[in-house]
Amino acid sequence: MQPEGDNEALTGAAGSGGEPGEGEAAAAGDVAARSGAVAPRSGEGAPRSGAVAPRSGESEVVELGFGPQHPALQGVLWLRLTLDGEKIAGCQARIGYGHRGLEKLFESFSLRDGVALTDRLDFAAAAAANLAYAGAVERLLGLDVPPRARYLRVVLAELQRLASHLLWLATFAADAGVGGAFLACLGDREQVLDLLAGYAGARLTLRCAVPGGLPRDAPEGWLASCARLAAALPSRVDAYQQLPAEDRRFKQCTVGLGVLPADTALDYGVTGPVLRAAGVDWDLRKALPYDAYEELDFAVPVGRNGDAYDRCQVRLAELRQSAGLITQCLERLPAGPVRLEPAALPGPAEPAATAPPQGSETYFSVEGPRGEIGFYLVGAAGGPGGGGDASPPWRCHVRAPSFYNLQALPEMVQGHGVGDLVPLLGSLDLALGEVDR
Amino acid sequence: VSDDLAADPLADELSRELGEAILEIGRGRAGGEAGTADADLTLAVRREDVAQVAAALRSRFRYTLLVDLCAADYPDRQPRFEVVYHLYSFRENRRLRLKVRTAEGSPVPSVTGVWRGAAWPEREVHDLFGVDFTGHPGLTRILLWDGFSGHPLRKDFPLAGIDTGAALHPDPPPPGGAAGPGDDAA
Repeated sequence: MQPEGDNEALTGAAGSGGEPGEGEAAAAGDVAARSGAVAPRSGEGAPRSGAVAPRSGESEVVELGFGPQHPALQGVLWLRLTLDGEKIAGCQARIGYGHRGLEKLFESFSLRDGVALTDRLDFAAAAAANLAYAGAVERLLGLDVPPRARYLRVVLAELQRLASHLLWLATFAADAGVGGAFLACLGDREQVLDLLAGYAGARLTLRCAVPGGLPRDAPEGWLASCARLAAALPSRVDAYQQLPAEDRRFKQCTVGLGVLPADTALDYGVTGPVLRAAGVDWDLRKALPYDAYEELDFAVPVGRNGDAYDRCQVRLAELRQSAGLITQCLERLPAGPVRLEPAALPGPAEPAATAPPQGSETYFSVEGPRGEIGFYLVGAAGGPGGGGDASPPWRCHVRAPSFYNLQALPEMVQGHGVGDLVPLLGSLDLALGEVDR
Repeated sequence: VSDDLAADPLADELSRELGEAILEIGRGRAGGEAGTADADLTLAVRREDVAQVAAALRSRFRYTLLVDLCAADYPDRQPRFEVVYHLYSFRENRRLRLKVRTAEGSPVPSVTGVWRGAAWPEREVHDLFGVDFTGHPGLTRILLWDGFSGHPLRKDFPLAGIDTGAALHPDPPPPGGAAGPGDDAA
């Protein structure tokens, strides 16, 4: 964490910003001018301790643009910071740079094919969105999922959580000034991605669920590889846990950073590890169990202070729980098909038989690596492909966890310096792809 | 109150407490013959009462979490828009779906006074459907830019063929001529 270096980078980014909307076309360009006009500075390099005090009654307020392109952001986001001296007094987030109109596109994809669009929400955790969407379609159409698929879905979801949390840990440790863990975490993530690619054929855009089950059974040897990884992981997590426990610099950077109390978090609809770090014991896998979670034994790690340090602890503990869940699933994996036989699937062959009644609706969500990812689906009877899952939905809305978690950012930045902003944003583990949709 | 709700004490309590604000109470309309019925209780309330109903749900029934807020467009219905709120109660461990029907030009009371987290999703509904909310602290577009005309998630907004005012390449470089944006690093 090097505030001076960050400041330079930020000012540069602000000047090059082109952002959508709201009379702010000129804002980024104005930042330099305004910082001169609004904040009469005593000159470059003058001591801040008031050698030349600001005129009485006038505080030193500077506006600073952060983004939209910034190396510390995993996506495109523009923050308009109001600085009072060196402290952040206000923060407005501007989103939408990556808006692709996905919710509109869902309306022209059949319910079955819509899974492919869900890959494009959260680039680091496609499986969570795949499974949430497939689950919503199943509830809309009244489809059952065979037991083997319910267990394999847990394996895929937890592998995805591992991959997502490991990527987060690698980048967050770097943001917090601890570089040593970066390569080790990414190396472990690579092993997880190899497994996901071994199942799905792709590393990131997995498309690993279909309404009614899974697209295919596990390939030969895949389950054994998963078991090996899940067995090896806890000792790796032990090593990672040394990092926050022993590194003084990491602690200095993260303890007390971006505190979000539980009631404020709930007020903003914050979910996932950020909410649990604030001490709220709430995890959809426990509260409203789906797939095979009800039959599995796992704990929900909870923090206490709601700061970046606790978020880190919660995610580290979740790595261990995920490995345990994978092991349990593999031990108990039932035999049988992983999806309904095609004859049992509603499709063009039997239109309208199981087509959702027009206006039928459902909301289904799963616990993704970033929090509650949910889909609100409204069925449209008929449609171009006939009935069932070959027809497009009338409406598909994505409840993206990062959208709600990012909204609470202004509550967390108050009183921190600009240099703290990068690790703070990192601790939230945002995916801008699902924020903008 | 329909039959399948007879055994649901919450439905009784809600209709007793919230009285005439409730237009309709039932299960979500679920599909499929197998009928994994959508278990979420669904309340349709009067547009002008939604903020009071939301406040009552939060304070008296502990629907602490605004899970999601979105809208849907049904051009054949009168009024055409439906704003849908999904709430979650930790005490009851269940979700509740709240709905308000509204037409273009009749604003819905904002629930930002009940859940601060409603600010962005209400802006999104405003942006993509053109539904207005009264009492919102800053109702502007959120995903699209201010000069954008139209509301893309309305059913009469086509997927392609609209001039959005966005010019990707305002001044196309002459073929084989000027340096591209990637070249200026050198």
